[in-house]
This record gives sequence, C-alpha cells and structure tokens, in this order.
Amino acid sequence: MLEIKNLRAKVGDREILKGISLTVKTGEVHAIMGPNGSGKSTLAQVLAGRDTYEVTGGEATYQGKDLLEMAPEERARQGLFMAFQYPVEIPGVSTMYLLRAGLNAARKQQGLEELDAMDFLSLVKEQAKLVEMDESLMNRSVNEGFSGGEKKRNEIFQMAVLQPKLAILDETDSGLDIDALRIVANGVNRLRGPDRAIIVVTHYQRLLNYIVPDRVHVLYEGRIVKSGGKELALELEDKGYSWIEEKLARA
Amino acid sequence: MTATDHFISEFTRLGRESAAAGPAWLRLAREAAVERFRELGFPTLDDEEWKYTNVAPIARTPFRIGNGFAVRGLTVEELQRVTFGEMDCTHLVFLNGRFAPELSRLRPVPDGVRIMSLAAALVEEPDRLEPHLSRHAQFEDHAFVALNTAFIQDGAFVYLPRRKVLEEPIHLIFVSAPNGSPRVSHPRNLIVAEAGSQAAVVESYVSLGEAAYFTNAVTEVVAGDGAVVDHCKLQRESEQAYHVATLQAHLSRSAHFASHSVSLGGALVRNDVNIVLDAEGVDCVLNGLYLAQGSQHIDNHTFIDHARPHGSSREFYKGVLSGRSHGVFNGKIRVRKDAQKTDAKQTNKNLLLSEEALVDTKPQLEIFADDVRCTHGATIGQLDEDALFYLRSRGLGREDARSLLIHAFASDLISRIPVVPVRTGLECLLMTRLPVGIEHREGI
Repeated sequence: MLEIKNLRAKVGDREILKGISLTVKTGEVHAIMGPNGSGKSTLAQVLAGRDTYEVTGGEATYQGKDLLEMAPEERARQGLFMAFQYPVEIPGVSTMYLLRAGLNAARKQQGLEELDAMDFLSLVKEQAKLVEMDESLMNRSVNEGFSGGEKKRNEIFQMAVLQPKLAILDETDSGLDIDALRIVANGVNRLRGPDRAIIVVTHYQRLLNYIVPDRVHVLYEGRIVKSGGKELALELEDKGYSWIEEKLARA
Repeated sequence: MTATDHFISEFTRLGRESAAAGPAWLRLAREAAVERFRELGFPTLDDEEWKYTNVAPIARTPFRIGNGFAVRGLTVEELQRVTFGEMDCTHLVFLNGRFAPELSRLRPVPDGVRIMSLAAALVEEPDRLEPHLSRHAQFEDHAFVALNTAFIQDGAFVYLPRRKVLEEPIHLIFVSAPNGSPRVSHPRNLIVAEAGSQAAVVESYVSLGEAAYFTNAVTEVVAGDGAVVDHCKLQRESEQAYHVATLQAHLSRSAHFASHSVSLGGALVRNDVNIVLDAEGVDCVLNGLYLAQGSQHIDNHTFIDHARPHGSSREFYKGVLSGRSHGVFNGKIRVRKDAQKTDAKQTNKNLLLSEEALVDTKPQLEIFADDVRCTHGATIGQLDEDALFYLRSRGLGREDARSLLIHAFASDLISRIPVVPVRTGLECLLMTRLPVGIEHREGI
C-alpha cells in the first residue's frame, strides 16, 4: 500500500524528517508514536501533500505510484485521507458540500457516476449516526464554531463517508474525553479491513487500547528509532519517551 | 473648452428643449444645481472625499445625453438575458435613462400606491414630488449630484401611502445600450414611504453592449415613521462604463431601512450611500459587496448620520479584488451630540486575489455623544492557505477550492439580500464570475 524510503523533508532551513523508511501493507494498522517535535505531524502532512514542507530526499510509493509527485487532491481521489490534528474552520462551506464535492471528485476519477443528492444524503446520514455526529453540524460551515471534540469527530465522520484506502490520523486522539475517544476508535475500527490500511499518529498510548495496531514505530528527531509490535506502545507508556532518549544516548 | 463647460453647454442645449419643462420649483432647482456644478467642477484627487478615485476619464469625455428612442425594438427576451427574475414582478425599464413603457409592467397595487416614471409624475403628481425631490440629496458639496439634479428628467417615482404594504418587490431596470457617441444618463429616483408602509425596491443597472458610457444616478428615499424599506442595487454595467451614484435616505422615527449594494460591473464606479437617522429609534442596515477584476475601480463611500437617540446601524461591506483592480471603502459614521444610546457597527473585509490588486479602506468615526456603542473593523487578506489545503485534501481541485472559498466569502453577503429572485440570480452569477465554475450549490 505505502512504501516510504529514506524520506527527508524540511521547513525553511530546518530539516525535520531525516530519512524515514516505513512499509505499510494492505490490511495493516500502524501506530507512529513519538515526543513533541519528533516529526510525527510533519510526516503525516508530507504524505497528504502539504507544500509548506519541502521534500529534500527519499521516496514514497502509494499503490505503486510516486506519491510525492501527486497533488493533494490527486492523493485524496486515489483514496488517501488525513484526519487533521488541527481541523480548519471554513466559514461559508458546509461539511455536506465539501464531502459531496470530494466524494464525487473521487468517483469521477474512478469512472463511477456521481452520487445523486438522495443517495449521498442517505450515505451521510448513516455514517453520521455511526460516529454519533449531530446532523445539524453537517449542514453548518466546516468546523465553524465547533468544539475541539466536535472538530475531531467531524474528521472521523468525513473519513467514514469518504471510505479511504489509506487513512492517516494525525493526533486525532489528543484533547478528547473518553467517550469521544471511543467514538473515534470505533470509526477507525469499522474502516479496518483487508483492502485498507491505517496509520495512527499519536503522542499517547491511550488510543491504542481501542485501536490495536499491528506495528508500532517510535519517531525521534526525524527518524524511526524503534519498531515493534503492539507491546512497544505499552512499554513506551510505562517507561516514557526518556527511555528512548537514554537508550539512544547509550548507543 | 473645459470638461465642466461641456456638461454645462449640454444643459444649455437641453434647456431649450425638454429640460426647461416641469414645474417652476424644479426649474429653479435645476438652475441652482448647474450653477453649483459650474462652481464645484469635477472633483480631483486633492479632494479628501475623492483622494482614491480619479474621475478625469469622465471629465474629459464629451458625453451626450442619451435618449431611449434609439434602442426601441429591444425585446423583453433580450432584456431577460441581462436580468434575473425581476421581469416577473412589477418592473419599470429605462433605456438610456428614459422610461420605456412597452418593456415595463405594472401589477395591481394597493389603492393610492404610485409606481410610475418621474417624467410622468412631474406632469401628473408634481405636488407629491415637491416636498421631497432634491430636498434630501444635497448637491452643495457633490458635483455629480449637482450634475444629476441639473439634468433631472426621468427615473422612477414610488409612493406608498400610510400603512400600505407592497408584498412584491418593485424592480427598476436601467439599461444602457451603445448608441454611437458616448452617452450619459442621469436617472433620478424618488421613493416616498409614508408612515407604517412597507416596500422593497431593486435598482438594476445593466448594459446591452461593451461601449463606454456614463451613468450618473441619484436615488432619494424618504421613510416615514415606522416605515420599512429594503433597497437593493445591482450594478452590472459594462466593464467600459462609468457609474457614479448616490443613494440618499432620510429616515423618521422607528423606520427600518436596509440597503444592499452589489457592484460587479463598470470600469470606474463610485457609490455614495448617505443615511440620515433623523428621529429616535431608527434602524438601518447597509450591506455591500464589490467584485472587481481586470482594471476595474470600485469606490464605495458611505455616510451614516446618527442625528437622534436610540438609533442602530449595521454596516457590512465585503470586497473581492483580482487582477489589477482597485477597491475603495470609506465608511463615515457621525454620532451627533443628541444621538445618545446609538449602537453602530461597521465592518469591511477585503479579499485580494492577486499581487497587483489594491484596496484602500478607511473607517471614519466622528462621535460627539458620550453614551454610545460604536465599533468598526477592517481586514484585508488573501485566501487562507490552510483552508485551501484542507479542501484539496478532501479531493477538491486547486481552482475549485479557490472558487469555493471566494464564493463562501462573497455569498455571506448575498445570503442577506431579502429579495429572493435577486439573491438566487446573484448566487448563479457569482458562480460564472469566479475563476472556475463549480456546480451550483442547490440543496446541499
């Protein structure tokens, strides 16, 4: 599904990703953990196509294609979805309109007919119920005046409607209470399947109680310094990120 | 011959013809106005009120008074192409400034309501005009108002007796059609809403060709106690046209007045909106939207004069500027000493879509009362890159995402327009005006 080789990226003069390699196979859920400033969000944004980051080296292949060559909308239409760490408020554009435009752009790409208003409406209503999203929020401007939790839930709702092949969740769990966390986790777990893959970027192990990853990677100063199974997340939670720092210092 | 001389000689030329017609009080007003125009001359950039708007192109063009006859033969169908839905309601059409009865339609109105051309009203109802016509729009300090007053000939007259409510909006459609040499028209409208009456009036300025011409319009609105008047103006002139207009509203106790001004066309545009809240408890709303592209210049000057206590004004103007266009917003609010408990809010937001687009925004608050609430704010910005990326990350193409954000910015104001066909028509028009068309956002 996704193969990243020695990916390097910088913003301004500051190099943030210093050679990341990662392979995510179809059907897998990967967790990327790391302390603040380790480059987790940068990795997510680079994969989604944010141009404030300049890729300086390495490659990323998505479904056999050069991901880094693709415009952000192209990535989205090919099934890549990123749930934003800080979802943007967009006055005057309703979530419904955004989703319909996005969904139909992807369908068009795949040679499918556009969804008509009725089919679209029943799809979003169904998905909204699953993520316990108030329908009135969908008709409002994207994220405008939403609470932090509502914004995160809106990301998961959009993910549920767009049904991506590769979902990247950028700290979707931060700032959520336990109920919201469960809803987010349910949304992600429902998406899990043999032909999809999910990358969960998180600072805390907590979310991984609900979304059990196949692989856990520790990102530190722009590099993946440790990878392991789901136990690694628990170990990190137990010992803290200083454990990694100390280990690296000793090495 | 100087620029002023040309217009004055036009006055003299017409004086021998129709301009001398009409009641004596009007002849006096016209003569006083042309005299004042002679003294004032065209404003220059040294004039504080005109420092961002150079009217030299108007002053140096030898415009001649147009007449409606040259475009007779124009069909309703042709007109429908440049209007939206207005034609289904009561509408008065003016061709190059002159009333065109064959293209106009009056639906039944309540007893006593008058909707007619000003030229006809000057003959049939001069006594109703006299107390108001040219009594509100002052030409002492405004050369273009003076010029318009000197050439008062035609336009619309709307009169609502006490407590009469018009359910349907009245549409005034001013059509300019190319006609050989550059033409000028001076539409003059008067809307008198007596106490407790209610009406919505829409002025549309459209063009049937891409020629250079000059529209110099003045509209006076008089709202009696508790009257409710919604005024919409859609300026869709040719992009070679010059458009200067003044809307002057005089509001009595507890009246409600809303002005919605949308400027899309014109090479050089100047809109003055002057509101006098001359009694207690008046409520007024001034909304404006200007979309300028290419080398268009659109200047909006507003003046809200809070003269009495407990008045409220809400002003919200937005501009979208691309290409090398230039936008100007100058919003003056005066709160006189007597006008305690005034509540005034002014906002001006501008979206610049290119490096070369330019906007000058200037709030002017003159507050002489001490117990008031007045706020103002102005912003100038570009499209939000974070929002653009967000939309693209959901699959929207770059241009579609840009259009959507611009549309969202502008439609905020369009959605406030109370006249449905105008609102819907503008929504559609906005789609075609934006860089890339997006499917109409009907339904969801």
